[in-house]
Amino acid sequence: MLAFFLRRVLIALPTIILISVFVFALQKLLPGDPLTVLAGEERDPEVLEFLREKYRLNDPIIVQYFTWAGNAVQGDLGISLRTNQPVTELMAQKLPVTIQLAVMSMLFALLIGIPAGILSAVKKGTVTDYVANIVALSGLSIPNFWLGIMLILLVSVKWQLLPASGYVPPGEDLWQSIRTMLMPAFVLGTALAATLMRHTRSAMLGVLSADYVRTARAKGLPERTVVLKHSFRNALTPIVTLTALLFGELVAGAVLTEQIFTIPGFGKLVVDAVFNRDYAVVQGIVLVTAVGFIVMNLIADMLYFVLNPRLRGA
Amino acid sequence: MTLLKTAMITALMGATAITAAPAMAKDLRIALQSDADVLDPDQSRTFVGRIVYASLCDKLVDITPDLEIIPQLATAWETSADGMAITMQLREGVVFHDGTPFNAEAVAANIARSQTLDESRRKSELESITGTEVTGEYEIVLTLAAPDATLMAQLADRAGMMVSPTAAEAAGADFGLNPVCSGAFSFTERVAQDKIVLTKFSDYWNADAISFDSVTFLPIPDTTVRLANLQSGDIDMIERLAATDLPQITGNADLTVDSAVSLGYQGITFNLANGERGDNPWGNDKRLRQALSHAIDREVINQVVFEGAFAAGNQSFPPTSPWYNTNFPVPARDVEKAKALLAEAGFPDGLDLEVQVPNTTVQLQLMQVVQAMASEAGIRITLASKEFATLLEDQTAGSYTASQIGWSGRVDPDGNNHPFVTTNGGINDSKYSNPAIDELLNDARIVSTTAERKAKYDEAMAIMLDELPRVFLYHEKWIWAFNNKLKGFVSYPDGMIRLENVTWEE
Repeated sequence: MLAFFLRRVLIALPTIILISVFVFALQKLLPGDPLTVLAGEERDPEVLEFLREKYRLNDPIIVQYFTWAGNAVQGDLGISLRTNQPVTELMAQKLPVTIQLAVMSMLFALLIGIPAGILSAVKKGTVTDYVANIVALSGLSIPNFWLGIMLILLVSVKWQLLPASGYVPPGEDLWQSIRTMLMPAFVLGTALAATLMRHTRSAMLGVLSADYVRTARAKGLPERTVVLKHSFRNALTPIVTLTALLFGELVAGAVLTEQIFTIPGFGKLVVDAVFNRDYAVVQGIVLVTAVGFIVMNLIADMLYFVLNPRLRGA
Repeated sequence: MTLLKTAMITALMGATAITAAPAMAKDLRIALQSDADVLDPDQSRTFVGRIVYASLCDKLVDITPDLEIIPQLATAWETSADGMAITMQLREGVVFHDGTPFNAEAVAANIARSQTLDESRRKSELESITGTEVTGEYEIVLTLAAPDATLMAQLADRAGMMVSPTAAEAAGADFGLNPVCSGAFSFTERVAQDKIVLTKFSDYWNADAISFDSVTFLPIPDTTVRLANLQSGDIDMIERLAATDLPQITGNADLTVDSAVSLGYQGITFNLANGERGDNPWGNDKRLRQALSHAIDREVINQVVFEGAFAAGNQSFPPTSPWYNTNFPVPARDVEKAKALLAEAGFPDGLDLEVQVPNTTVQLQLMQVVQAMASEAGIRITLASKEFATLLEDQTAGSYTASQIGWSGRVDPDGNNHPFVTTNGGINDSKYSNPAIDELLNDARIVSTTAERKAKYDEAMAIMLDELPRVFLYHEKWIWAFNNKLKGFVSYPDGMIRLENVTWEE
């Protein structure tokens, strides 16, 4: 297992390097000079020239990349052109926010998606199945920004039950923190729940028609045991992969949801950074996100070992 | 007159301080349209940053809603007879948030920092100051290269904000991570894109006029969400309410709205001689630009795009400004005149015009309305919608024919004109050049009385409105909405939120 793990890490390295080169090049291809925005409305030529020198934007692109990469390896991701804050510090502020949102959304998604998927597979072709499918389909098709604004207007403005937007760190006030995050997590969670439900349903359908399930039923096991213990466990492998990938996506930041609920997470940071041509910030986030994705994938692979004894020999 | 007004304001301040109810522990929460940039007055460049400074950093002088300069940290000032020096008396007993005393030495250090810090964006604003001389604990003389009528207005904004010399010395260019000024509130915490928290400074020289324990600024970019937060009571005040949301406020008994016409303008800038693309019919013949101006109904723009909430305009100053040239009121639409001008210029069948426009909803709507109106006169407008940084780059490089762009405005009339239309103006993206304009606008910087200056700007405006390097369309209004419990808010054309004498009554 350790060898397997190390092999995966080694494969991941070139991926990360490629991604960083790619994003760096893409950003330089974007039209628009970051300094025309940064120098202020007056665009004083002296200020422009100073900033170009300071952020080494006069260097050839290759040199710029290697300067950045060299520092990045030493843990220095540069400073934000916009706020002068170190990128690592900016990300350290955002990462807990994004992770909290990701975890809460995932909880919503799992709590809704998996039971709904199992139910609709077991009750295939019945009203329950159709209702579950319709709900899942709406979860996928309703745009996040619309659902978000509707929820704000209803829950916050009309009923005044939850805060309309913003973020409270859990360390400051746990209860308030959860309350503030509830609506955005729900909005994100419903969309993911729909995907999870569809996958759970098809995985379960595949397993439920397998021979050993028929045997289990023939042995006279209660249906509950057949579905949850024998079938679900086997159907779990694709669901785990999906969950890990979805979680990776969540960590990359939920741009629209964060924008609407004004959550200071990764998504909002990266969007603002792109508009401001804040190169170092974009580059840093992409790097961290890519690493996050790869780690999630690794975790999914590890979980296979736990879930599927047959792999352990390999 | 000014003196009398100042005296009255001071008396009023005193009166409210006495009658003010015992302040309750109240954190004022203000939603901003976007996040501020670096919080260093010498490096900063965003509008919302200035809103934060209004509570954080005091300036040498401030303005009244009518744009008159009034004392803040400087209590009096006098310009020498030749206009080459300004002697300032400073407020006594003021300390910065770190306890450093405010005095003439501190002012000298601040001006030096604005002029010499590598990262400073204030250099051009203070370039007329050649030196400072400390002539007493609370008296300083600014020596100038030439008379500069615009200087006091600069000192009423970021260039006049006083930061603690001790803190600035220690932090250098990183000062913005932990700003130390002498304003009513001191810096407590900032989480990028989330909040900026300021706490009441108990040693503030005018502390009696401040009734909030702290103030939190929260950037909430989406206008609907900003309003929803206000309606739900999570936020006490929002800035830049969308004009289309006004009916929602007027129908709500718990909320109040206030507004002020901004100092800036929105319009269309033409490329007259900026690179090869300046050599086109629109850049070469002022009659075409006049035709476009005649083809537009500015009042309709205001009604259709902004629900009538903004102000139609045809000059670089809004009609409400004391600098507006009243000989040229906002013209009515005249399609026949526009057609006649086109024919006179040799285009009886009309012609095409490409206008670049920022890719935001409102600016696109604006240009679609202009497009429709212009087409009736035979001007076929095509819109090139661009993301703002790209638009700005193309405009600077001369890669455009016409550009829909605005200017946030300056207190002094110089700021809305000189950089754009003088031959060597820093942001003259039209590359417009007219010796008469150069002379008038340069002179307007030097002559000292307001009446003389007004005459220069009136004359320059007449020329600019004939040659139209910029066709002005409208002036934004700053619209604030706030909870009814907030009392005493005064709207200013600079869009700032001043918390002196603002109270919260449960």
